[in-house]
Amino acid sequence: MKMNRYEEIWLMLSGAMLVIFMVITGYQTFALGMGPPSNKETIDPEKVDETAPFDKPGVYQTGDHEYEVVMTLEVFNFNPGKIEIPAGSTVTFIMTSKDVVHGFQVVDTNLNAMVMPGHIQRATQKFSKPGEYLVLCNEYCGTGHQHMSTVITVK
Amino acid sequence: MNTSLVNRKETSKLYEKSIKLLGMNLADAKLSKAYMSVAFIALLIGGVLGLLQGLERAGLIQLPYWFNYYQVLTAHGILLVVVLTAFFTIGYFYAGLSHTLGGLLPQVRTMAWIGFWLKVVGLVIAVVPIIMNEATVMYTFYPPMAASPYFYIGLALIVVGIWLCAFGAFISVAKWRKAHPGQHIPIFAFFATGVFILLFFGSIGVTIEVFTLIAWSFGWKPTVNVLLSRTLFWSFGHTLVNIWYLTAVSAWYVVVPKIIGGRRFSDTLTRVVIILLVITNIPGGFHHQIVDPGMSQTLKFLHMFMSISIGFPSLMTAFAMFYVLEKTGRKLGGKGLLGWLKKLPWGDVRFLAPMIAMIAFIPAGAGGIAQTTNQLNQVVHNTLWVVGHFHLTVGTSVILTFFGISYWLIPYISKRRLTPRMNKVGVVQTIIWTLGMLFMSGSMHLVGLLGSPRRTSYTTYGENATALGWDPYLIFLAVGGTLLIIGVLIQVFAVFHMMFFAPKGTTEFPIAEPEVSEEKTPAWTDRWGLWIVIMLIVVSMGYVVPLVDLIVNAPPGSPPFKTW
Repeated sequence: MKMNRYEEIWLMLSGAMLVIFMVITGYQTFALGMGPPSNKETIDPEKVDETAPFDKPGVYQTGDHEYEVVMTLEVFNFNPGKIEIPAGSTVTFIMTSKDVVHGFQVVDTNLNAMVMPGHIQRATQKFSKPGEYLVLCNEYCGTGHQHMSTVITVK
Repeated sequence: MNTSLVNRKETSKLYEKSIKLLGMNLADAKLSKAYMSVAFIALLIGGVLGLLQGLERAGLIQLPYWFNYYQVLTAHGILLVVVLTAFFTIGYFYAGLSHTLGGLLPQVRTMAWIGFWLKVVGLVIAVVPIIMNEATVMYTFYPPMAASPYFYIGLALIVVGIWLCAFGAFISVAKWRKAHPGQHIPIFAFFATGVFILLFFGSIGVTIEVFTLIAWSFGWKPTVNVLLSRTLFWSFGHTLVNIWYLTAVSAWYVVVPKIIGGRRFSDTLTRVVIILLVITNIPGGFHHQIVDPGMSQTLKFLHMFMSISIGFPSLMTAFAMFYVLEKTGRKLGGKGLLGWLKKLPWGDVRFLAPMIAMIAFIPAGAGGIAQTTNQLNQVVHNTLWVVGHFHLTVGTSVILTFFGISYWLIPYISKRRLTPRMNKVGVVQTIIWTLGMLFMSGSMHLVGLLGSPRRTSYTTYGENATALGWDPYLIFLAVGGTLLIIGVLIQVFAVFHMMFFAPKGTTEFPIAEPEVSEEKTPAWTDRWGLWIVIMLIVVSMGYVVPLVDLIVNAPPGSPPFKTW
């Protein structure tokens, strides 16, 4: 199988580019902890309200500038509906769905996760700049999907 | 060798000659015409639904409650990503198999007809619940949203119909090989083999899912494993995307060089690209689940390799295409660094449409590699960026190639000619389509980066300032959609005009010759049995561990929900 010299060069560059993508992504994921939300805990989707911590959804301070938000998603709202945190806080969202598949996206951040019945999802984000962050469901979940949103207020 | 075999060979040679002289076998032509008719009717209806969506999404109209945005979106998806593409792909490859293998065998033709009617009946059974608002679940039908069981039954019939066509193609190629020992499978049939192997193996996972959902939606099975269903769906979903792409690529490698008066790229490397696309494809679907729970970051990182490796054969194609274009342009007298570009037949729609399709694949493929990269995916997952991406890949690279094909394939199967006037219509159509997609896909990409979600009807999230900032982009989306519906109308007109009203005559099925000086293609390229085994090994590497994990460590399942 004879290959054109230029094609060999092109394919070497192509291969190198793909490898560089892999290396950077791997470094970010495993060395810098920037990997995508991938929590592996499970829960009975029909008993969410009785199962800790989802029996008490809300915003909890866990340390200096560290918060945990325990959140349930159901058609067509996020619970807690109101989240206020001081600027500079690192927030871990612990989420599950009480019915169908939902999405959890916080606009102007990299927070973006699928939230599914039966699975507990976790995602962490530092909110440095004050402002109102739009939270929306980005997976079609029914008639009122376009209204499923809330706001995170960072003061 | 006995005499009957010799006789049969003689007759088949005679038959092949008569095909060359008289054009396509009439019975085979009728089959392809039926497939093409359904494909372009689906384009018309799906296109109109797409326009309605675009206008509602921009806040310009409000669809009535009895035919709402999400119903329209579900039907748009099914008609365009399942019906248009499947019917076109099968109609095109069956016409090509008939042409390159010397006519379809009668039993294969029967299988393709049974497959045709199974798909049509399946489609009707699936669409009725959508119209009745009993299956407003999108074409991805993620459980635990539960559609009417008939929706899933319709989908299952469509899949079985596709399988019959896949087996018909396998039988055709196998019989041809038996009758032509020592010869290579003709290149067009080689592409068809790759496509139908992917169609069959790629759809096994989703078929298991659909059968489970039938039992669950009837209530025979109380709960369903949500994440397992989703994973099985995407083992198919992304393969399907690459099936259309491989279909378009077949025209780029085989047809385009002939139309511009050149020769094909290296036969061996072309076959290697097909084999690589078949082997690497199925595990690629995992990148649709990069932000899902229930899968570790390590698994997702390994799957990034699976997804990104599909990019490699595409980069080989990029080289091959520009090689052929430049070589042909120079042969036609093009001088200097870029002079060869001017020598290409830009006024010929059969070249212009696939050429723009290939150019569109440069940003489309780059965007694809970016968004399959885990952390970058997180920025755009489920935003309009993704919708912009697949309107550039499928809606432009694939569909414009299909449109370009139609300007010689429809006359070929109808025993008619492409007139200079119809060619002009095609050029105008191509330009309108390109502009429409630039507006629509371009604004979708941009507003998606800003965070606007996909699959959401018009909303300001209670006059939220961030969401209001997306509105100007959405207007451009609607402008693009309006241009595209004009393109759809012209294209559908062109197809049916060429099928029934164009002047009678003969049209060639353009298959380019390999280069003269080329070395012989090695025999190992034809070892499809081996490629299938390697493909199954790669699929197992990708799927065995996560699937076992999803089954063994599954949470209690979910009952059905109807949330619309």
